[in-house]
Amino acid sequence: MSAARVGVVTFPGTLDDQDAARAVRHAGGEAVPLWHADTDLKGVDALFLPGGFSYGDYLRCGAISRFAPLMGEVVRAAGAGLPVLGTCNGFQILCEAHLLPGALVRNGGLHYVCRDQRLRIESTDTPWTSGYTAGQEVVIPIKHGEGRYVAAPDTIDALEAGGQVVVRYLGNPNGSLNDIAGIRNEAGNVVGLMPHPEHAVEDLTGGPGTDGLGFFTSILKKLVNA
Amino acid sequence: MIDSVSRAEQTPGERLPYVELGMKDEEYQRVRDILGRRPTSSELAIYSVMWSEHCSYKSSKVHLRQFGTKAPKSEALLVGMGENAGVVDIGDGWAATFKIESHNHPSYVEPHQGAATGVGGIVRDIMSMGARPVAVMDALRFGAADAPDTRRVLPGVVEGISSYGNCLGLPNIGGELAFDPCYIGNPLVNALCVGLLRKDQIKLATAPGPGNKVVLFGALTGPDGIGGASVLASATFEDGSETKRPSVQVGDPFMEKLLIECCLELFQADVVVGIQDLGAAGVSCATTELAANGTGGMDVQLDLVPLRDPTLRPEEILMSESQERMMAVVTPADIPAFLEICAKWDIPATVIGEVTDTKRLVMTWHGETIVDLPPGTAANEGPVYERPFHEPEGQSALNADDPARLARPDDLRATLLRLLGSPNLASKEWVTGQYDRYVRGNTVLAQPADAGVLRVSEVMPGATETNRGIALATDGNGRYARLDPYAGAQLALAESYRNVAVTGARPLAVTNCLNFGSPEDPEVMWQFAEAVRGLADACKALGVPVTGGNVSFYNQTGAAPIHPTPVVGVLGVLEDVRRRVPSGFTGLGERVVLLGETADEFGGSQWAQVDHDHLGGLPPAVNLEAERALATVLVEAATRGLLTGSHDLSDGGLAIAIAEACLANDVGCVVTLPGDDAFTDLFSESASRALVTVVPESFHAFAELCSVHEVPCSTLGVTGGSSLVVEGVLDIPLPELRQTHESPLPALFG
Repeated sequence: MSAARVGVVTFPGTLDDQDAARAVRHAGGEAVPLWHADTDLKGVDALFLPGGFSYGDYLRCGAISRFAPLMGEVVRAAGAGLPVLGTCNGFQILCEAHLLPGALVRNGGLHYVCRDQRLRIESTDTPWTSGYTAGQEVVIPIKHGEGRYVAAPDTIDALEAGGQVVVRYLGNPNGSLNDIAGIRNEAGNVVGLMPHPEHAVEDLTGGPGTDGLGFFTSILKKLVNA
Repeated sequence: MIDSVSRAEQTPGERLPYVELGMKDEEYQRVRDILGRRPTSSELAIYSVMWSEHCSYKSSKVHLRQFGTKAPKSEALLVGMGENAGVVDIGDGWAATFKIESHNHPSYVEPHQGAATGVGGIVRDIMSMGARPVAVMDALRFGAADAPDTRRVLPGVVEGISSYGNCLGLPNIGGELAFDPCYIGNPLVNALCVGLLRKDQIKLATAPGPGNKVVLFGALTGPDGIGGASVLASATFEDGSETKRPSVQVGDPFMEKLLIECCLELFQADVVVGIQDLGAAGVSCATTELAANGTGGMDVQLDLVPLRDPTLRPEEILMSESQERMMAVVTPADIPAFLEICAKWDIPATVIGEVTDTKRLVMTWHGETIVDLPPGTAANEGPVYERPFHEPEGQSALNADDPARLARPDDLRATLLRLLGSPNLASKEWVTGQYDRYVRGNTVLAQPADAGVLRVSEVMPGATETNRGIALATDGNGRYARLDPYAGAQLALAESYRNVAVTGARPLAVTNCLNFGSPEDPEVMWQFAEAVRGLADACKALGVPVTGGNVSFYNQTGAAPIHPTPVVGVLGVLEDVRRRVPSGFTGLGERVVLLGETADEFGGSQWAQVDHDHLGGLPPAVNLEAERALATVLVEAATRGLLTGSHDLSDGGLAIAIAEACLANDVGCVVTLPGDDAFTDLFSESASRALVTVVPESFHAFAELCSVHEVPCSTLGVTGGSSLVVEGVLDIPLPELRQTHESPLPALFG
């Protein structure tokens, strides 16, 4: 049986693509590099939109990337149920592309924050978090200047009511509403996260421990069993 | 009107504003002698920037030669001084290139952009060696922490480094932050970058092969950093083009990120013959240096340079310091492939000239020749000054003012907390928390570790994997160097060398950033001469060659120079990065061991500064033999897996080292001081010392290793508990220690 194939998208200014690909391999999958200017998803089984500063983020974060040729395919495939995970800038792009509700704005403290963050996994009914237990506490690095999650009150209510909050901060680092660190769409296949699980997959490097590995093993297990 | 060569020949008497451009009468006369006529305004632009202190090292050159003449034999050195950055062999076919450079003055004028473009500039130096930049670090010094101007400069500098470096995707793995009133009008912003490459892929700044094309690629050229050129414009032209121009460049990290990926693809495709980044002196520097180091000639059509501002004059184009630009020499056959890769990354690239064998750099502007000069005369044969120097007045009085006269404290608990909460020793998390230390996924250790450590992995597509790692540290201590610049420079090297060794890495090579006042002041020049002599001697003794660096003069306000501040970076290699040693306590019940000897040494110490605002006496004694032996023990012990933690002793002495080790992972300790004077044991800053932890089963082997290398080794106690306990002296619960350590910087800077 060949390894499950996870596409890792590179936009101009994407920074964590190498890390994401390594994490996919580390979990036993095959990482398939995808280029923003292409229109071919190369038949991947899942998609990872990594962090960075696509197009310099000189406009609103992710606002230009959503118009990349590849994003049309991403939106179509996500609509058809393809598992998609966006972290940091990837989350911002998913919001700009309206695959996820709400927006990420300037941190409450106004500074960029890089730290090992305590989180709670709230929802395990996504293909990216099924390997965790609900309520599990983990430590995964965050690193962003614009990670404060905001949305209209009724959107927040709907997210909470629908169990769409996937990860919450323990000790809110940026002023996100309801301590939200990650959400999913209604169908559950599209997840956006501000934390960087790809920086917590090895003991030697990155943040302390390997708490982030679960995002990658979850999806690969799901794909292999599918 | 264009000041062409033929016009210059016809108007030999026309006066050019060389004085306003910072040139001396005799320097201008030398230009006239070289050319056999008056220079055109474009030629004057080139000579004035290339012969500036910043580009020509005219005051420092005679001293810097010692880094070559005294260089220790090193098989690791692949490229030495004189190129964009030095390159060292780190094994398994890999090489590392690293360099530190100052961006002090711009960071005072415009902290955010000044610091940001400092990062950008040093990263391009590393790229131009053919390497992938893999990490940055910054050595920062500011005026008193509570001074109003520090609140303007520091947050701006940190934000500039943060926004540029984070957006560029390079982890920031360490550096320094220090405060002293002497830096109030002259903050020091020294940026270091390290890159990795295959040993056989080194690129050089050279333009060989007549007929090869000269390509300018990257950002468009605009009116950045050309204060000098407007003098030319206003003096030579009458059409009022001399609008106020920004004198500090503005950075675009997104463009730099694209430029990195683009350059790496160009190197992979093997379509680059020679390459040079555009930094200070922009096109002037790149063309003269490439030409001088190659076949010797180059023709450039300056009007082909793509401009952000179409009104720029040739002199301004030559002097522009617009960021994110590179110049490459490419064979005609490879031009299509070169341009295609640039297009993929949306990087503008333009062929602006050609290599020749005429030994002349010739530039035209819409058909008229405006530059015709021998490039070596601008690039390598600038003026060299033997500036007079003498010991500063009052130096011996300063040295005689021994800190032994200062009242020593009774309450050592309070003293420890006072020092730990002073801005120089407090946690730097407020700063380093604004830097991405994880991007690229190879960060093994970063601040507050003694040195940053990276795994050498996945640098280039298809390259062989290795378990190797590299370690990097920078250190400097202006207070020590003020008391004795010879010893101060050696202590900076010794500390940096030790910081690399405590991680288990073998120190290999050195880069330096020499920050001083005005070289025209003989007292400053004495400090400089002594520091260089000290550093060169110490590099020889420790067997680590200087691979490159940078001199920053004129760090002074009025007649008051900064403390002489040589900042020294050391690069080390770990054969197996999995054997790296962290800098804090990790486990319980481990032995806490002090290595090295402690003497009563308080000259220039943190205690003297914090408790008495005193600077006098002599800095700690330098013993390079002891330093070398200590490093040997640390590296071998790490390689054999004998250590669980290892931390350098420096500012604030043993007390601060133990406190930091406790706070790293919230592991306390109970120790007993070895000497009869608790104050000296705790706060003396004697060099060549480290604090290590050893599991009981390894202790015998470790002690034997120390005795073989004659490194004094005393067991102080054991790790464990939730307090820092020094038996019979003090007992501080870790939460109190943490609060004291972590609250000062947020309170000062928000």
